[in-house]
Amino acid sequence: MYTTMDLIKTLMSGAGVTIQVLIYSAILAGVLSFIVGFMKLANYRLIRYIANIYIEVFRGTSLLVQLFWLYFALPLLGVELNAMTAGVLALGLNYGAYGAEVVRSSIQAVPKQQLEAAIALNMTVKQKYQIVILPQAIRMMIPTFGNLLIELLKGTALVSLVTLSDLTFQAMTLITSTMQTTKIFLLLLLFYFIIAFPLTRFMKWLERKYTIGKV
Amino acid sequence: MAGTKIYDREGVKMIWDWGFTFSIIPKIINAMWVTIAATIIGFIIAAIVGLIWVLGRRSSFKPLALLVSCCIEFIRNTPLLVQLFFLFYVLPEIGVSLSPFVCGVIGLGVHYSTYLSEVYRSGIESVEKGQWEAGIALNFTKLDMWKKIILPQAVAPVIPMFGNYFIVMFKETPLLSAITLVEMMQAAKLIGSSSFRYLEAFTLVGILFLLLSYPASIAVRYAEEKISRKFGKVVA
Repeated sequence: MYTTMDLIKTLMSGAGVTIQVLIYSAILAGVLSFIVGFMKLANYRLIRYIANIYIEVFRGTSLLVQLFWLYFALPLLGVELNAMTAGVLALGLNYGAYGAEVVRSSIQAVPKQQLEAAIALNMTVKQKYQIVILPQAIRMMIPTFGNLLIELLKGTALVSLVTLSDLTFQAMTLITSTMQTTKIFLLLLLFYFIIAFPLTRFMKWLERKYTIGKV
Repeated sequence: MAGTKIYDREGVKMIWDWGFTFSIIPKIINAMWVTIAATIIGFIIAAIVGLIWVLGRRSSFKPLALLVSCCIEFIRNTPLLVQLFFLFYVLPEIGVSLSPFVCGVIGLGVHYSTYLSEVYRSGIESVEKGQWEAGIALNFTKLDMWKKIILPQAVAPVIPMFGNYFIVMFKETPLLSAITLVEMMQAAKLIGSSSFRYLEAFTLVGILFLLLSYPASIAVRYAEEKISRKFGKVVA
Protein backbone atom coordinates (compact mmCIF):
# COMPACT_ATOMS: atom_id res chain seq x y z
CA MET A 1 0.00 0.00 0.00
CA TYR A 2 1.36 3.35 -1.01
CA THR A 3 0.89 6.17 1.45
CA THR A 4 0.66 9.77 0.30
CA MET A 5 4.23 10.25 1.54
CA ASP A 6 5.48 7.48 -0.77
CA LEU A 7 3.69 9.04 -3.68
CA ILE A 8 5.21 12.43 -2.95
CA LYS A 9 8.67 10.89 -2.68
CA THR A 10 8.41 9.27 -6.09
CA LEU A 11 6.99 12.44 -7.62
CA MET A 12 9.89 14.39 -6.11
CA SER A 13 12.39 12.35 -8.12
CA GLY A 14 10.33 13.15 -11.22
CA ALA A 15 10.30 16.81 -10.28
CA GLY A 16 14.10 16.71 -10.24
CA VAL A 17 14.15 15.52 -13.85
CA THR A 18 11.52 18.09 -14.85
CA ILE A 19 13.59 20.91 -13.34
CA GLN A 20 16.72 19.56 -15.01
CA VAL A 21 14.98 19.56 -18.40
CA LEU A 22 13.62 23.03 -17.68
CA ILE A 23 17.04 24.46 -16.88
CA TYR A 24 18.86 22.88 -19.83
CA SER A 25 16.21 23.80 -22.37
CA ALA A 26 15.82 27.32 -20.95
CA ILE A 27 19.55 27.87 -21.41
CA LEU A 28 19.46 26.48 -24.96
CA ALA A 29 16.36 28.54 -25.81
CA GLY A 30 17.89 31.68 -24.31
CA VAL A 31 21.14 31.34 -26.27
CA LEU A 32 19.26 30.58 -29.49
CA SER A 33 16.93 33.54 -28.92
CA PHE A 34 19.81 35.98 -28.84
CA ILE A 35 21.76 34.40 -31.70
CA VAL A 36 18.76 34.16 -34.02
CA GLY A 37 17.33 37.47 -32.82
CA PHE A 38 20.53 39.21 -33.88
CA MET A 39 20.64 37.22 -37.11
CA LYS A 40 17.24 38.66 -37.97
CA LEU A 41 18.72 42.13 -37.63
CA ALA A 42 21.80 41.32 -39.72
CA ASN A 43 22.74 43.37 -42.77
CA TYR A 44 23.14 40.32 -44.99
CA ARG A 45 19.94 39.09 -46.52
CA LEU A 46 21.11 35.46 -46.47
CA ILE A 47 21.57 35.50 -42.70
CA ARG A 48 18.16 37.07 -42.16
CA TYR A 49 16.71 34.47 -44.50
CA ILE A 50 18.20 31.56 -42.54
CA ALA A 51 16.93 33.04 -39.27
CA ASN A 52 13.46 33.40 -40.78
CA ILE A 53 13.34 29.80 -41.95
CA TYR A 54 14.38 28.58 -38.50
CA ILE A 55 11.76 30.73 -36.77
CA GLU A 56 8.90 29.86 -39.11
CA VAL A 57 9.65 26.13 -39.14
CA PHE A 58 9.87 25.80 -35.38
CA ARG A 59 6.95 28.07 -34.65
CA GLY A 60 4.84 26.69 -37.46
CA THR A 61 5.09 23.02 -36.60
CA SER A 62 3.94 21.82 -33.25
CA LEU A 63 6.26 21.14 -30.29
CA LEU A 64 5.06 17.56 -29.93
CA VAL A 65 5.62 16.92 -33.63
CA GLN A 66 9.17 18.24 -33.30
CA LEU A 67 9.82 16.14 -30.22
CA PHE A 68 8.54 12.95 -31.85
CA TRP A 69 10.40 13.74 -35.00
CA LEU A 70 13.68 14.07 -33.11
CA TYR A 71 13.06 10.96 -31.03
CA PHE A 72 11.37 8.55 -33.43
CA ALA A 73 12.13 9.75 -36.96
CA LEU A 74 15.72 10.97 -36.67
CA PRO A 75 17.12 7.49 -35.79
CA LEU A 76 15.92 6.37 -39.23
CA LEU A 77 18.30 8.95 -40.67
CA GLY A 78 21.07 7.46 -38.55
CA VAL A 79 21.08 9.92 -35.64
CA GLU A 80 20.05 8.37 -32.34
CA LEU A 81 19.31 10.72 -29.47
CA ASN A 82 18.46 9.65 -25.96
CA ALA A 83 15.20 10.89 -24.45
CA MET A 84 16.87 13.64 -22.45
CA THR A 85 18.77 15.06 -25.44
CA ALA A 86 15.73 14.87 -27.71
CA GLY A 87 13.55 16.54 -25.09
CA VAL A 88 15.97 19.36 -24.36
CA LEU A 89 16.67 19.91 -28.06
CA ALA A 90 13.00 20.02 -29.02
CA LEU A 91 12.05 22.37 -26.19
CA GLY A 92 15.11 24.56 -26.70
CA LEU A 93 14.70 24.83 -30.46
CA ASN A 94 10.96 25.47 -30.22
CA TYR A 95 11.06 28.15 -27.54
CA GLY A 96 14.25 29.59 -29.02
CA ALA A 97 12.21 30.43 -32.12
CA TYR A 98 9.63 32.27 -30.01
CA GLY A 99 12.38 33.97 -28.01
CA ALA A 100 14.19 35.13 -31.15
CA GLU A 101 11.17 37.18 -32.14
CA VAL A 102 11.07 38.70 -28.66
CA VAL A 103 14.75 39.66 -28.85
CA ARG A 104 14.35 41.14 -32.32
CA SER A 105 11.24 43.16 -31.53
CA SER A 106 12.65 44.45 -28.25
CA ILE A 107 15.86 45.64 -29.88
CA GLN A 108 13.84 47.30 -32.63
CA ALA A 109 11.61 48.93 -30.02
CA VAL A 110 14.53 50.87 -28.54
CA PRO A 111 13.96 54.43 -29.80
CA LYS A 112 16.01 55.28 -32.86
CA GLN A 113 17.44 58.41 -31.23
CA GLN A 114 19.28 56.20 -28.75
CA LEU A 115 21.16 54.57 -31.59
CA GLU A 116 21.82 57.94 -33.23
CA ALA A 117 23.17 59.32 -29.96
CA ALA A 118 25.48 56.32 -29.65
CA ILE A 119 26.75 56.91 -33.17
CA ALA A 120 27.17 60.63 -32.48
CA LEU A 121 29.26 59.77 -29.42
CA ASN A 122 31.48 57.66 -31.69
CA MET A 123 30.86 54.45 -29.79
CA THR A 124 32.13 51.15 -31.12
CA VAL A 125 29.54 48.53 -32.10
CA LYS A 126 30.27 46.65 -28.88
CA GLN A 127 29.79 49.77 -26.73
CA LYS A 128 26.68 50.68 -28.63
CA TYR A 129 25.00 47.43 -27.74
CA GLN A 130 26.52 46.92 -24.34
CA ILE A 131 25.89 50.37 -22.93
CA VAL A 132 22.96 51.76 -24.89
CA ILE A 133 20.80 49.25 -26.73
CA LEU A 134 20.80 46.02 -24.72
CA PRO A 135 20.13 47.44 -21.24
CA GLN A 136 16.98 49.05 -22.61
CA ALA A 137 15.99 46.12 -24.81
CA ILE A 138 16.47 43.47 -22.13
CA ARG A 139 14.20 45.41 -19.79
CA MET A 140 11.49 45.14 -22.43
CA MET A 141 12.16 41.43 -22.91
CA ILE A 142 11.68 40.44 -19.26
CA PRO A 143 7.86 40.17 -19.14
CA THR A 144 7.61 38.14 -22.35
CA PHE A 145 10.52 35.92 -21.40
CA GLY A 146 8.75 35.33 -18.10
CA ASN A 147 5.68 34.07 -19.93
CA LEU A 148 7.79 31.93 -22.22
CA LEU A 149 9.54 30.36 -19.23
CA ILE A 150 6.20 29.24 -17.80
CA GLU A 151 5.20 27.89 -21.22
CA LEU A 152 8.51 26.06 -21.34
CA LEU A 153 7.89 24.51 -17.93
CA LYS A 154 4.48 23.30 -19.06
CA GLY A 155 6.05 22.04 -22.27
CA THR A 156 8.43 19.81 -20.30
CA ALA A 157 5.46 17.57 -19.50
CA LEU A 158 5.62 16.40 -23.11
CA VAL A 159 8.97 14.68 -22.59
CA SER A 160 7.11 12.05 -20.59
CA LEU A 161 5.71 10.89 -23.92
CA VAL A 162 9.20 9.98 -25.13
CA THR A 163 9.81 7.89 -21.98
CA LEU A 164 11.89 10.42 -20.04
CA SER A 165 11.06 9.85 -16.36
CA ASP A 166 9.93 13.36 -15.50
CA LEU A 167 7.13 14.40 -13.15
CA THR A 168 4.30 13.36 -15.47
CA PHE A 169 5.99 10.07 -16.37
CA GLN A 170 6.47 9.17 -12.72
CA ALA A 171 2.84 9.97 -12.02
CA MET A 172 1.65 7.77 -14.89
CA THR A 173 3.83 4.91 -13.64
CA LEU A 174 2.50 5.33 -10.12
CA ILE A 175 -1.04 5.22 -11.42
CA THR A 176 -0.56 1.91 -13.19
CA SER A 177 0.92 0.39 -10.04
CA THR A 178 -1.35 1.92 -7.37
CA MET A 179 -4.58 2.81 -9.21
CA GLN A 180 -4.95 5.90 -6.98
CA THR A 181 -5.74 7.95 -10.08
CA THR A 182 -7.48 10.96 -8.58
CA LYS A 183 -5.04 11.53 -5.77
CA ILE A 184 -1.96 11.20 -7.96
CA PHE A 185 -3.24 13.55 -10.64
CA LEU A 186 -4.19 16.15 -8.06
CA LEU A 187 -0.72 15.86 -6.54
CA LEU A 188 0.80 16.12 -10.00
CA LEU A 189 -1.10 19.32 -10.81
CA LEU A 190 -0.08 20.71 -7.44
CA PHE A 191 3.58 19.86 -8.09
CA TYR A 192 3.59 21.77 -11.37
CA PHE A 193 1.84 24.70 -9.74
CA ILE A 194 4.40 24.73 -6.93
CA ILE A 195 7.22 24.89 -9.47
CA ALA A 196 5.50 27.45 -11.72
CA PHE A 197 4.16 29.86 -9.12
CA PRO A 198 7.48 31.01 -7.65
CA LEU A 199 8.79 31.35 -11.22
CA THR A 200 5.92 33.69 -12.12
CA ARG A 201 6.43 35.70 -8.94
CA PHE A 202 10.17 35.89 -9.56
CA MET A 203 9.69 37.19 -13.10
CA LYS A 204 7.12 39.74 -11.87
CA TRP A 205 9.61 40.87 -9.24
CA LEU A 206 12.36 41.14 -11.85
CA GLU A 207 10.04 43.13 -14.06
CA ARG A 208 9.21 45.56 -11.25
CA LYS A 209 12.82 45.86 -10.15
CA TYR A 210 13.98 46.90 -13.59
CA THR A 211 11.17 49.27 -14.35
CA ILE A 212 11.31 51.29 -11.13
CA GLY A 213 11.70 54.94 -12.01
CA LYS A 214 11.41 54.20 -15.73
CA VAL A 215 8.61 55.22 -18.01
CA MET B 1 21.08 6.22 -56.58
CA ALA B 2 23.34 4.38 -54.16
CA GLY B 3 21.41 5.61 -51.14
CA THR B 4 18.17 3.82 -51.93
CA LYS B 5 19.84 0.45 -51.38
CA ILE B 6 20.53 1.06 -47.70
CA TYR B 7 18.68 -1.28 -45.37
CA ASP B 8 19.13 -1.74 -41.65
CA ARG B 9 19.17 -5.04 -39.83
CA GLU B 10 15.40 -5.47 -39.76
CA GLY B 11 15.26 -4.96 -43.48
CA VAL B 12 13.44 -1.65 -43.17
CA LYS B 13 14.46 0.79 -45.83
CA MET B 14 16.52 3.45 -44.10
CA ILE B 15 15.91 6.56 -46.10
CA TRP B 16 12.94 8.42 -47.44
CA ASP B 17 10.45 6.32 -49.43
CA TRP B 18 8.28 8.37 -51.77
CA GLY B 19 5.90 5.53 -52.61
CA PHE B 20 5.16 4.97 -48.94
CA THR B 21 4.80 8.71 -48.38
CA PHE B 22 2.10 9.01 -51.03
CA SER B 23 0.32 5.93 -49.72
CA ILE B 24 -0.13 7.44 -46.25
CA ILE B 25 -1.20 10.93 -47.34
CA PRO B 26 -4.94 10.08 -47.46
CA LYS B 27 -4.86 8.66 -43.91
CA ILE B 28 -3.19 11.75 -42.54
CA ILE B 29 -5.46 14.12 -44.43
CA ASN B 30 -8.46 12.28 -42.95
CA ALA B 31 -7.07 12.78 -39.48
CA MET B 32 -6.41 16.44 -40.30
CA TRP B 33 -10.14 17.10 -40.26
CA VAL B 34 -10.28 15.82 -36.68
CA THR B 35 -7.45 18.19 -35.81
CA ILE B 36 -9.25 21.13 -37.41
CA ALA B 37 -12.59 20.26 -35.81
CA ALA B 38 -10.94 19.98 -32.39
CA THR B 39 -9.28 23.36 -32.87
CA ILE B 40 -12.51 25.10 -33.88
CA ILE B 41 -14.69 23.60 -31.15
CA GLY B 42 -11.95 24.07 -28.57
CA PHE B 43 -11.64 27.71 -29.61
CA ILE B 44 -15.38 28.31 -29.28
CA ILE B 45 -15.31 26.85 -25.77
CA ALA B 46 -12.29 28.98 -24.93
CA ALA B 47 -13.97 32.15 -26.21
CA ILE B 48 -17.12 31.53 -24.16
CA VAL B 49 -15.41 30.40 -20.95
CA GLY B 50 -12.85 33.19 -21.31
CA LEU B 51 -15.64 35.75 -21.32
CA ILE B 52 -17.16 34.16 -18.21
CA TRP B 53 -13.76 34.31 -16.47
CA VAL B 54 -13.27 37.98 -17.26
CA LEU B 55 -16.77 38.96 -16.16
CA GLY B 56 -16.37 36.91 -12.98
CA ARG B 57 -13.06 38.57 -12.28
CA ARG B 58 -14.64 42.00 -12.58
CA SER B 59 -17.52 41.05 -10.30
CA SER B 60 -18.15 43.41 -7.40
CA PHE B 61 -18.67 40.35 -5.20
CA LYS B 62 -15.06 40.04 -4.06
CA PRO B 63 -14.95 36.34 -3.05
CA LEU B 64 -16.11 35.40 -6.56
CA ALA B 65 -13.51 37.64 -8.18
CA LEU B 66 -10.81 36.10 -5.99
CA LEU B 67 -11.94 32.55 -6.71
CA VAL B 68 -11.93 33.20 -10.44
CA SER B 69 -8.43 34.69 -10.26
CA CYS B 70 -7.18 31.65 -8.37
CA CYS B 71 -8.74 29.27 -10.92
CA ILE B 72 -7.14 31.15 -13.79
CA GLU B 73 -3.72 31.15 -12.11
CA PHE B 74 -3.94 27.44 -11.42
CA ILE B 75 -5.04 26.47 -14.92
CA ARG B 76 -2.42 28.69 -16.54
CA ASN B 77 0.40 27.38 -14.40
CA THR B 78 -0.17 23.66 -14.95
CA PRO B 79 0.51 21.76 -18.18
CA LEU B 80 -2.29 21.14 -20.64
CA LEU B 81 -1.11 17.54 -21.02
CA VAL B 82 -1.66 16.85 -17.33
CA GLN B 83 -5.05 18.56 -17.42
CA LEU B 84 -6.05 16.34 -20.34
CA PHE B 85 -4.95 13.23 -18.43
CA PHE B 86 -6.90 14.48 -15.46
CA LEU B 87 -10.10 14.88 -17.46
CA PHE B 88 -9.59 11.59 -19.25
CA TYR B 89 -8.64 9.36 -16.32
CA VAL B 90 -10.16 11.01 -13.24
CA LEU B 91 -13.64 11.94 -14.48
CA PRO B 92 -14.61 8.28 -15.17
CA GLU B 93 -13.86 7.57 -11.49
CA ILE B 94 -16.68 9.90 -10.51
CA GLY B 95 -18.94 8.44 -13.17
CA VAL B 96 -18.40 10.86 -16.04
CA SER B 97 -16.91 9.09 -19.05
CA LEU B 98 -16.21 11.35 -21.97
CA SER B 99 -15.00 10.36 -25.41
CA PRO B 100 -11.42 11.36 -26.23
CA PHE B 101 -12.70 14.05 -28.58
CA VAL B 102 -15.05 15.65 -26.04
CA CYS B 103 -12.42 15.39 -23.34
CA GLY B 104 -9.82 16.89 -25.64
CA VAL B 105 -11.81 19.90 -26.76
CA ILE B 106 -12.92 20.64 -23.19
CA GLY B 107 -9.32 20.43 -21.94
CA LEU B 108 -8.00 22.53 -24.79
CA GLY B 109 -10.85 25.02 -24.51
CA VAL B 110 -10.64 25.51 -20.77
CA HIS B 111 -6.85 25.79 -20.79
CA TYR B 112 -6.85 28.49 -23.43
CA SER B 113 -9.90 30.24 -21.99
CA THR B 114 -7.55 31.59 -19.33
CA TYR B 115 -5.40 33.13 -22.05
CA LEU B 116 -8.40 34.52 -23.91
CA SER B 117 -9.72 36.04 -20.69
CA GLU B 118 -6.53 38.14 -20.65
CA VAL B 119 -7.25 39.20 -24.22
CA TYR B 120 -10.81 40.20 -23.30
CA ARG B 121 -9.46 42.06 -20.28
CA SER B 122 -7.03 44.12 -22.33
CA GLY B 123 -9.84 44.87 -24.78
CA ILE B 124 -12.25 45.94 -22.04
CA GLU B 125 -9.63 48.11 -20.38
CA SER B 126 -9.01 49.87 -23.67
CA VAL B 127 -12.63 51.09 -23.83
CA GLU B 128 -12.63 54.71 -22.74
CA LYS B 129 -14.12 55.72 -19.44
CA GLY B 130 -16.49 58.12 -21.19
CA GLN B 131 -18.23 55.15 -22.81
CA TRP B 132 -19.09 53.69 -19.41
CA GLU B 133 -20.30 57.05 -18.19
CA ALA B 134 -22.42 57.54 -21.30
CA GLY B 135 -24.00 54.14 -20.70
CA ILE B 136 -24.86 55.09 -17.13
CA ALA B 137 -26.09 58.53 -18.19
CA LEU B 138 -28.39 56.95 -20.78
CA ASN B 139 -29.77 54.67 -18.07
CA PHE B 140 -28.71 51.43 -19.79
CA THR B 141 -29.14 48.28 -17.77
CA LYS B 142 -25.91 46.52 -16.90
CA LEU B 143 -26.57 43.77 -19.45
CA ASP B 144 -27.39 46.26 -22.23
CA MET B 145 -24.33 48.28 -21.40
CA TRP B 146 -22.05 45.24 -21.83
CA LYS B 147 -23.91 43.99 -24.88
CA LYS B 148 -24.35 47.24 -26.78
CA ILE B 149 -21.53 49.50 -25.66
CA ILE B 150 -18.58 47.81 -24.03
CA LEU B 151 -18.13 44.42 -25.68
CA PRO B 152 -18.49 45.54 -29.30
CA GLN B 153 -15.76 48.11 -28.72
CA ALA B 154 -13.65 45.82 -26.58
CA VAL B 155 -13.60 42.85 -28.94
CA ALA B 156 -12.92 44.47 -32.32
CA PRO B 157 -9.40 45.77 -31.56
CA VAL B 158 -8.29 42.43 -30.09
CA ILE B 159 -9.51 40.20 -32.92
CA PRO B 160 -5.94 39.61 -34.19
CA MET B 161 -4.97 38.38 -30.73
CA PHE B 162 -7.83 35.91 -30.88
CA GLY B 163 -6.44 34.83 -34.23
CA ASN B 164 -3.02 34.28 -32.70
CA TYR B 165 -4.45 32.08 -29.98
CA PHE B 166 -6.46 30.16 -32.55
CA ILE B 167 -3.18 29.27 -34.27
CA VAL B 168 -1.53 28.45 -30.95
CA MET B 169 -4.42 26.11 -30.10
CA PHE B 170 -4.16 24.48 -33.50
CA LYS B 171 -0.54 23.69 -32.78
CA GLU B 172 -1.40 22.26 -29.37
CA THR B 173 -3.89 19.71 -30.72
CA PRO B 174 -1.20 16.98 -31.10
CA LEU B 175 -1.40 16.71 -27.31
CA LEU B 176 -4.82 15.15 -27.76
CA SER B 177 -3.04 12.13 -29.22
CA ALA B 178 -1.94 11.37 -25.66
CA ILE B 179 -5.56 10.67 -24.72
CA THR B 180 -5.95 8.37 -27.74
CA LEU B 181 -7.79 10.78 -30.04
CA VAL B 182 -6.86 9.91 -33.63
CA GLU B 183 -5.88 13.33 -34.92
CA MET B 184 -2.92 13.92 -37.23
CA MET B 185 -0.24 13.04 -34.70
CA GLN B 186 -1.93 9.88 -33.49
CA ALA B 187 -2.59 8.81 -37.09
CA ALA B 188 1.13 9.27 -37.81
CA LYS B 189 2.04 7.32 -34.68
CA LEU B 190 -0.24 4.46 -35.71
CA ILE B 191 1.26 4.40 -39.19
CA GLY B 192 4.74 4.49 -37.66
CA SER B 193 4.14 1.67 -35.20
CA SER B 194 2.58 -0.62 -37.80
CA SER B 195 5.21 -0.05 -40.50
CA PHE B 196 8.27 0.97 -38.44
CA ARG B 197 8.50 4.00 -40.71
CA TYR B 198 8.17 7.03 -38.49
CA LEU B 199 10.22 9.35 -40.67
CA GLU B 200 7.71 9.89 -43.50
CA ALA B 201 4.63 10.06 -41.26
CA PHE B 202 6.04 12.52 -38.74
CA THR B 203 7.63 14.66 -41.42
CA LEU B 204 4.34 14.84 -43.30
CA VAL B 205 2.51 15.91 -40.15
CA GLY B 206 5.11 18.61 -39.54
CA ILE B 207 4.78 19.88 -43.11
CA LEU B 208 0.98 19.92 -42.87
CA PHE B 209 1.12 21.92 -39.66
CA LEU B 210 3.46 24.41 -41.30
CA LEU B 211 1.32 24.61 -44.45
CA LEU B 212 -1.77 25.40 -42.41
CA SER B 213 -0.38 27.63 -39.69
CA TYR B 214 2.01 29.76 -41.74
CA PRO B 215 -0.63 31.27 -44.08
CA ALA B 216 -2.90 31.68 -41.07
CA SER B 217 -0.26 33.65 -39.20
CA ILE B 218 0.28 35.86 -42.24
CA ALA B 219 -3.47 36.49 -42.38
CA VAL B 220 -3.46 37.45 -38.70
CA ARG B 221 -0.56 39.83 -39.22
CA TYR B 222 -2.46 41.44 -42.10
CA ALA B 223 -5.59 41.79 -39.94
CA GLU B 224 -3.45 43.30 -37.19
CA GLU B 225 -2.22 46.00 -39.53
CA LYS B 226 -5.69 46.76 -40.85
CA ILE B 227 -7.24 46.94 -37.41
CA SER B 228 -4.49 49.01 -35.84
CA ARG B 229 -4.90 51.47 -38.70
CA LYS B 230 -8.64 51.61 -38.19
CA PHE B 231 -8.54 52.04 -34.45
CA GLY B 232 -5.38 54.10 -34.45
CA LYS B 233 -3.86 52.05 -31.64
CA VAL B 234 -2.57 48.63 -30.89
CA VAL B 235 -4.03 47.00 -27.83
CA ALA B 236 -1.44 44.88 -26.10
